[in-house]
Amino acid sequence: MRTLSRTDRSRRAVSALLTTLTALCTLLAISILAIILSYIAMRGVAAINFRFLIDSPRPVGEGGGIGNAIVGSAVLLLLSCIVGIPAGIGTGVYLSEFGGGYVGSIVRFLVDTLTGIPSIVTGVFVYAVVVLRMKHFSGLAGGIALALIMVPIVARTTEEMIRLVPHSLREGALALGAPQWRVTLGVVIPAAGSGIATGAMLAVARVSGETAPLLFTAFGSRFFPRNLNEPIASLTVQIYYYAISPYDEWHAQAWAATLVLMALILSINIAVRFLTRKKFG
Amino acid sequence: MNEQNGGQRPPLNVSSSLTHWRRRLSPTGNMGDAIFRALIFGVALLMVLIVGAMIVALAAHSMPSIRRFGFSFITGRGWDPIKEQFGALAFIYGTIVSSLIALVISVPLSLGIAIFLVEQAPRSLARPITFLVELLAAIPSVVYGLWGIFVLAPFLRVYVEPALARWFGWLPLFQGTITGIGLLTGGVILAIMVTPIISSVVRDVLAAVPNTQREAALALGATKWETTMVVLVNGAPGIAGAVILGLGRAIGETMAVTMVIGNRPQISASLFQPSYTLASVIANEFTEATADIYLSSLVELGLILFLVTFVVNAVARVLVWRVTRRTSGVGMVV
Repeated sequence: MRTLSRTDRSRRAVSALLTTLTALCTLLAISILAIILSYIAMRGVAAINFRFLIDSPRPVGEGGGIGNAIVGSAVLLLLSCIVGIPAGIGTGVYLSEFGGGYVGSIVRFLVDTLTGIPSIVTGVFVYAVVVLRMKHFSGLAGGIALALIMVPIVARTTEEMIRLVPHSLREGALALGAPQWRVTLGVVIPAAGSGIATGAMLAVARVSGETAPLLFTAFGSRFFPRNLNEPIASLTVQIYYYAISPYDEWHAQAWAATLVLMALILSINIAVRFLTRKKFG
Repeated sequence: MNEQNGGQRPPLNVSSSLTHWRRRLSPTGNMGDAIFRALIFGVALLMVLIVGAMIVALAAHSMPSIRRFGFSFITGRGWDPIKEQFGALAFIYGTIVSSLIALVISVPLSLGIAIFLVEQAPRSLARPITFLVELLAAIPSVVYGLWGIFVLAPFLRVYVEPALARWFGWLPLFQGTITGIGLLTGGVILAIMVTPIISSVVRDVLAAVPNTQREAALALGATKWETTMVVLVNGAPGIAGAVILGLGRAIGETMAVTMVIGNRPQISASLFQPSYTLASVIANEFTEATADIYLSSLVELGLILFLVTFVVNAVARVLVWRVTRRTSGVGMVV
């Protein structure tokens, strides 16, 4: 067997060292995730109970809960889905079916730009065009802000999923004499359906954690929502105000509310992973 | 008169222009196609209008502040709502420094993760690990903030900052009172938040580097790491794009930073000192701003944030696209 020269040995040592370092980087990231999740689990479980989930907030020392914030977040998410998912899918269909040319790449660029805009700026925009016009904070404004964040995410996943649909499907339908709209709506979109649905789910998970765009649109409230025309509570804004408050009791409630929020977000992410496991790498 | 006008516009012209539009909307001549196309084009147009409306609305509402302060808004250090003096320099400083800290920590970390996942880990291991790392990106900003206040800040205050002060205290960066709330904590929390984003884009970039490059390096007798270096050089523009994309995210990140950075508009060389960012001052003061000029100044901060992230993202996407276009054709959604 050939003996290794000194440079060869040091080259191998450097290689081994640095490849180990990359593994350590990965380990570090996963440990941070584990630490964050375990803190949420520990502190959250210690503070959560059934009353907390259905009660509305009360002054310090009197308990209270996040029932109104859970309902408020649900209302805001529903509203943003109603607006954001059809608009997102429509844009995605445009990009994949008609977006080949110059105009298509401009739209694609603008959609990507929307993805990169800080969500607080989206909040400022919605404040300027909705809240100032209505002259008060409202659930409607909050829902619109969340929808604006949702649209580009849904649009780009829809585009990618539609592109995965084999061309033979389209050609088959066209050959049978179907007009293009029936090909797109009846063949292409159903074929990409599960992908589009998971994209929409991920968008829901993403906006359910948004706080910044809600601060001055939905604003927050200590009561259960009655209509969309008034300020509305949300889990994230509630967590924020409790976290920066000086009271231990509210800190505990912030952890408990975080546990609820993370349970929602993690279950969506895990569900998406199992749904997509077979089809896409 | 009316008859004359009517005579100038015979109904034939109207119907022929209608036919013209129908042809444009639907080359197949199918009415359903025309409606479908019009709808889809309408939605796409809406996206263009929204971005346009954003620029117009932000610019219009910052006009009073732009008129009054002009360029001194960006170079001014004072932020005093009572005296109606508004200068954004302290926020720009806080944003830049906290984002740079985030990059200094997260770039090597993300590169390590991406290299491990693409070049080293077996596929069966890489997939679950990828999912876990990307879960970091699924945690909401406000949750990072909560964790930052109660776990990270005390940890940095007790263990990390005293050590930095002891070893590197001769640098102005690590001098002053240690509180755990400040630029360093903001930067560290940002680093954790942008790591999954940078590493996921770098992963795509590395995966797009053709295998022939690796095979050629290995055939020439390169070690595992030397091969990795060849791959990194091939993907360099894309990696730069990923880093810039992470920078864009760090600049615009709001809640977590707001909760741990201390929110004091000052410019201090020490990373232990409280600071303030563009995004956090908007989050904190927007609902308190009663005077018109105060609100307008805050909107102008939003406009600055919008323009900066717009440019940063555009540059990043072009760079990433240069490397990945051959394999995917479609960019990434981050």
